[in-house]
Amino acid sequence: MADQAPLICRDIHKTYDKLEVLKGVSLETRKGDVVSLIGSSGSGKSTFLRCINLLETPTSGDIIVHGDPIRFTENRKGERVPADNRQVEQIRAKLSMVFQGFNLWSHMTVLENIIEAPIHVLGVPRKEAIERAEAYLQKVGIYERKDYYPAQMSGGQQQRAAIARALAMEPEVMLFDEPTSALDPELVGEVLKVMQSLAEEGRTMIVVTHEMAFARDVSTQVLFLHQGVIEEQGTPQKVFDNPDSERMKQFLAPKF
Amino acid sequence: MFDLKGYGPELLSGAVVTVELAFLSLALALTLGLIGASSKLSGNRVAQGIATFYTTVIRGIPDLVMMLLFYYGGQVGVNAISDYLWETYEIDFFFQFDPFISGVVTMGLIFGAYMTETFRGAFLAVETGQIEAARAYGFTRWHTFRRIMFPQMLRHALPGIGNNWQVLLKTTALVSIIGLTDMVRVAEEAAKAERMPFHFFVPVAAVYLALTAGSELFIKWLDKRANVGVVQGS
Repeated sequence: MADQAPLICRDIHKTYDKLEVLKGVSLETRKGDVVSLIGSSGSGKSTFLRCINLLETPTSGDIIVHGDPIRFTENRKGERVPADNRQVEQIRAKLSMVFQGFNLWSHMTVLENIIEAPIHVLGVPRKEAIERAEAYLQKVGIYERKDYYPAQMSGGQQQRAAIARALAMEPEVMLFDEPTSALDPELVGEVLKVMQSLAEEGRTMIVVTHEMAFARDVSTQVLFLHQGVIEEQGTPQKVFDNPDSERMKQFLAPKF
Repeated sequence: MFDLKGYGPELLSGAVVTVELAFLSLALALTLGLIGASSKLSGNRVAQGIATFYTTVIRGIPDLVMMLLFYYGGQVGVNAISDYLWETYEIDFFFQFDPFISGVVTMGLIFGAYMTETFRGAFLAVETGQIEAARAYGFTRWHTFRRIMFPQMLRHALPGIGNNWQVLLKTTALVSIIGLTDMVRVAEEAAKAERMPFHFFVPVAAVYLALTAGSELFIKWLDKRANVGVVQGS
């Protein structure tokens, strides 16, 4: 089992009441893949990402994390729910997420934010967790801010801290949910640069993004979602330079 | 001026009773408040119904009426249970529903209802992203509550808890009416006997003022600690 796929999603559907947001999305990753999910607002790309770590429960479809399929059951109302919360927790610990709104815990310093989950979820000894956290803070370039509270930092610094928090879990796959969308334009670059360096290290990443340059230059695989289905999929060259789908062509067309 | 005509030690022990009453009631109120708020937010219909009934009834009845009801009614209730247990199972169970216990129970119940609303609002004020991050990192529900929800909720709850505490502290004076020898009761007796109301009630007022002022400082300090990491509007 040397090179097992870190993440496989098969035919994911998600329906809210009567509204079908995802109509069968599949994704297979190899180790080191950087998958960009692109598409207009409401295309379902964020919902798909949130289904992967079960922040949303897919209405149907399979999710297999490093060979381990997530087990589902039905609750009394007949809704599909994860069968084993313990399994969900373990799987989430392998898929750390970076949010659009950072979501650093505001009552903890940056360092405390980063060591919290490794200590309490993974059981890493405190001393080791701190060393690990400091190394990742160096890496994202905000080591000197380790004792600051989130509110005392810029958006770009907060997002880099959030990336360090995700790295400290040493995850199988990193999930990025529009990591630069809440940032001022001049702060976007510092975050993208960190993400690019992670991609170059061979980390498996799934990135929901509106940064087309990032999707084109850094990804190994691009998925274009439109109204809950994958309209176009393939290497960046294929998707950007030679798309089959009319929608993808429209999406790429200059807007003004 | 400070000659308390020999009532000094009694007034002092009365003040101690007042403080004990206040703290025990606070502990009960905080516990009931947390349980009440959790029930209201639980999504469980039955728990929500009970909690809503509790807060609606308690907040709609005057404190004094509640106190009289619990003091006189409480003893009747204990007697009835005692009789029943003795007659049916020959179990000897009895306790005197004294003014202190009635006071603690009544005030705990009353302020538990207010605390329920304070905690409920505070829990709702915690940003969903904070909870979501905890879930996304594999926290258990309990760990999310203990490390993220509770400390963040406390920030929002502290001002309300502070207000409730100030009112609770002053409400302790009511318990003298059902015969608890607290500071107010001692002062009342002394004032009657010596025909010197100012002489005894002014010191009592001063003690209450000292307690409330001290509490205010303490709560400010707590608030500052809880809000570490929050950029304050000036």
